[in-house]
Amino acid sequence: MLVLQDILVGIRSDVDIVLARQQGRAMAANIGFSATDATLIATAISELARNIVTYAQHGEVMMRSEETTHTKGIVIIARDSGPGIRSIHDVLRDGYSTSGGLGLGLPGVRRLMDEFVIESELRRGTTVTVKKWLK
Amino acid sequence: MEVPILKQGRFLIATIQAALSDADLLQLRRALIDKVVHFRSNGVIVDVTALDVMDSFATRTLRDITNVIRLRGAETVIVGIQPEVAFAMVQLGLTMEGVATALDLEEGLAHLQQRAARST
Repeated sequence: MLVLQDILVGIRSDVDIVLARQQGRAMAANIGFSATDATLIATAISELARNIVTYAQHGEVMMRSEETTHTKGIVIIARDSGPGIRSIHDVLRDGYSTSGGLGLGLPGVRRLMDEFVIESELRRGTTVTVKKWLK
Repeated sequence: MEVPILKQGRFLIATIQAALSDADLLQLRRALIDKVVHFRSNGVIVDVTALDVMDSFATRTLRDITNVIRLRGAETVIVGIQPEVAFAMVQLGLTMEGVATALDLEEGLAHLQQRAARST
């Protein structure tokens, strides 16, 4: 069995966004994801890391492999201790944005991945956990 | 990492060579717009073959570049979007509406030449 080390990337600036998605792509390839799926995963990481830089200034992205009895996958946890999200319902709606962006971030990430969980507390921060499984 | 911009007649060709940070993308936007003004270019090609990911920021910046350059009367063609990257963009909900795209540099140049021929 292939054991992959967890990867933690601190997110402080736009350069870290690139680093996080490159590390994520490499890990996805190691787990056995196709080039297409690895790109979907890298794109999701890019959006999650960008949310950290835009809304919380700094935070971290953790990536690890996960194995169940029938499949393997990748887990990505994007965490910050920023202002938190007032209405999770709103940010999961297509077209919603408080930053003047496209408002595609979180609903888009949800479409790219198989599982999506968001936890947020005002003034405490936000954690987004996403998973994708090998098909 | 700075993106090299080549002048070929009245066209400019920007070839992205590696993954770009947000700051690099904004630098590309500034440099391209400056050069379009300086050289009175009427066509621009941005080759994104080497881009690993086109997320919402990259897409928005490329669309901004195209829109600004269009206001200068010039046309921009984005070439070389990789199939995986295109698939991820669509899943994410990103579109390049109103932006000309072509398969590769050669087809991009052909597109600009046709347009230049029509307008003369």
